[in-house]
Amino acid sequence: MAPYLLKRLISLVLSLLAASVVIFLVLQVVPGDPASYMLGMNAQPETVEALRQQMGLNEPLVWRYLTWVVGLAHGDFGVSYTYKVPTGELIAQRLWVSLPLALYALLLSTVLALPIGIISAAKRNSAADYGIMGVTQLGIAVPNFWFAMLLVLLFSITLRWFSAGGFPGWNAGFFVALKALTLPAVALALPQASILARVMRSSLLDTLSEDYIRTARAKGLTRGQTLVRHAVRNALIPVLTIIGLQFSFLLAGAIIIENVFYLPGLGRLVFQGITQRDLIVVQSVVMLLVFAVIIITFLVDMAYALVDPRLRSRA
Amino acid sequence: MSVGTLPEVKRGLVGAAFQSKSFALGFAVTAVFILAALLSLIWTPYDATALAVSDKLKAPSGLHWFGTDHFGRDIFSMIMVGARTSIAVAFVAVGIGIAAGVPLGLWAAAKQGSLVDEIIMRANDLVFAFPALLIAILITAVFGPSAINAIIAIGIFNIPVFARLARGAALTLWTREYIFAARVAGKGAVRISAEHILPNIMNLLIVQGTIQFSLGILADAALSYVGLGAQPPTPSWGRMLADAQTMISLAPHMALFPGAAIVLTVLGLNLMGDGLRDLFDPKLRRSRS
Repeated sequence: MAPYLLKRLISLVLSLLAASVVIFLVLQVVPGDPASYMLGMNAQPETVEALRQQMGLNEPLVWRYLTWVVGLAHGDFGVSYTYKVPTGELIAQRLWVSLPLALYALLLSTVLALPIGIISAAKRNSAADYGIMGVTQLGIAVPNFWFAMLLVLLFSITLRWFSAGGFPGWNAGFFVALKALTLPAVALALPQASILARVMRSSLLDTLSEDYIRTARAKGLTRGQTLVRHAVRNALIPVLTIIGLQFSFLLAGAIIIENVFYLPGLGRLVFQGITQRDLIVVQSVVMLLVFAVIIITFLVDMAYALVDPRLRSRA
Repeated sequence: MSVGTLPEVKRGLVGAAFQSKSFALGFAVTAVFILAALLSLIWTPYDATALAVSDKLKAPSGLHWFGTDHFGRDIFSMIMVGARTSIAVAFVAVGIGIAAGVPLGLWAAAKQGSLVDEIIMRANDLVFAFPALLIAILITAVFGPSAINAIIAIGIFNIPVFARLARGAALTLWTREYIFAARVAGKGAVRISAEHILPNIMNLLIVQGTIQFSLGILADAALSYVGLGAQPPTPSWGRMLADAQTMISLAPHMALFPGAAIVLTVLGLNLMGDGLRDLFDPKLRRSRS
């Protein structure tokens, strides 16, 4: 396990570095000068020059990259051009909306998808199976932000059960805040749950055709016992991988759903950053999300290796 | 497997394809949207960009089949033109993915285990860590929003998908005897990849192409919804939904029709993909997820 872990750790660090270089370089091609942008049209050239100096924009490219990365490693994302506060603080604030939203959606998606997938596989080719496959086929095709609007139309405007948007903050009380995140989380979870239910179903079908399942039945276990004790447990391994990968999709998807519900999360921050040309903010948020994807993928691989020793020797 | 019999096999395939219910249904739905997109080039019931404020927020009627939006534009016409935008974006993005990804994948497979293979695959992993949305955010931050940027963002996202698929499929083919025979006959890696490998992975590429096409439609809708895609006045489905959002209690029809258009197109393409996959490889039928 140790050499495998070391190899994966090195490749993790290299991936993170490579991603940071790509993001940094892409945002260097931006036309226009952030300093003159910050100061507005009427700024004196000397003032702009002074600000460029202060922001370190006159330093060589490599030096600026290194300063940025070293800063990142210390949790220093730089100062937002428009908000004039450390970007790290802005992100930390917004993360308290986006991260719980993504986790909530992940929980909903998993709780919904696994039983559905299991029922579908256990009752293969039954009416229930066909119904589930049809509904999930539809669920995959529905854009989550449109589904979110339909939820608002039904539950906020017509039934008035939930507010149509906004976020009271966690200080307003856990359940109040959770309620504000419920519709967004449901909207995010539906397409992911559809995919997950299908993965669960096909993984379980694969497992059910294994020899050891027949053995389990032959030694006298009932269908239900075989399903619970042998089939589902083994079928869960690939499903867990997908759940891990879905988390990064949910985090990125949260960015879009936040727009529907006017939630003050990372999405709002990054889109404001784009319109206001606040590149430090854009760069930091993208960096954070890409890092999240890479690290989650790494953790999933590790978890996989723990469960399935064959993978360790192969890698 | 021999190349000589391919045309006959193909004719049989088309027939067999339409025997599959999901393919036939998916094909029909997709065809409707492609035809609507093409028709919009020469005819729409109304000018999709013409403002008629006196007609704003009209509910669906005989005059305006899908009603009008907050500027009095005809929603049916906008959906027709929007189909053109969405389909064009997703189609070109799949094209980029195939054009760049497949040669890379084939190259990596031909040089399996070499430095080239390693570099291509690691670069793939890196691009894979960037969801299309984040690529779009980066590109838009640099160049400003446009449909072209949406195409590039989704296209880049597609490259590793096709590269991995092509490499994986090619690797198994490289161990086949007819490839060995071709090598003995003195063909180089490039010729073998083009003449023997590529035709044999075409099925897989078509199926994946259909799936990426449908994902592209969804991605384009999301990007134009958040303002990173086609810019007004060009109608796009995502943009229409963004406009509908503020009007949702007054004019829910503004949200219903563009959304339904997206769902139907994506559903049609997915069903087509499923049908094709079953057809090309019945063994895979169960593992479709």
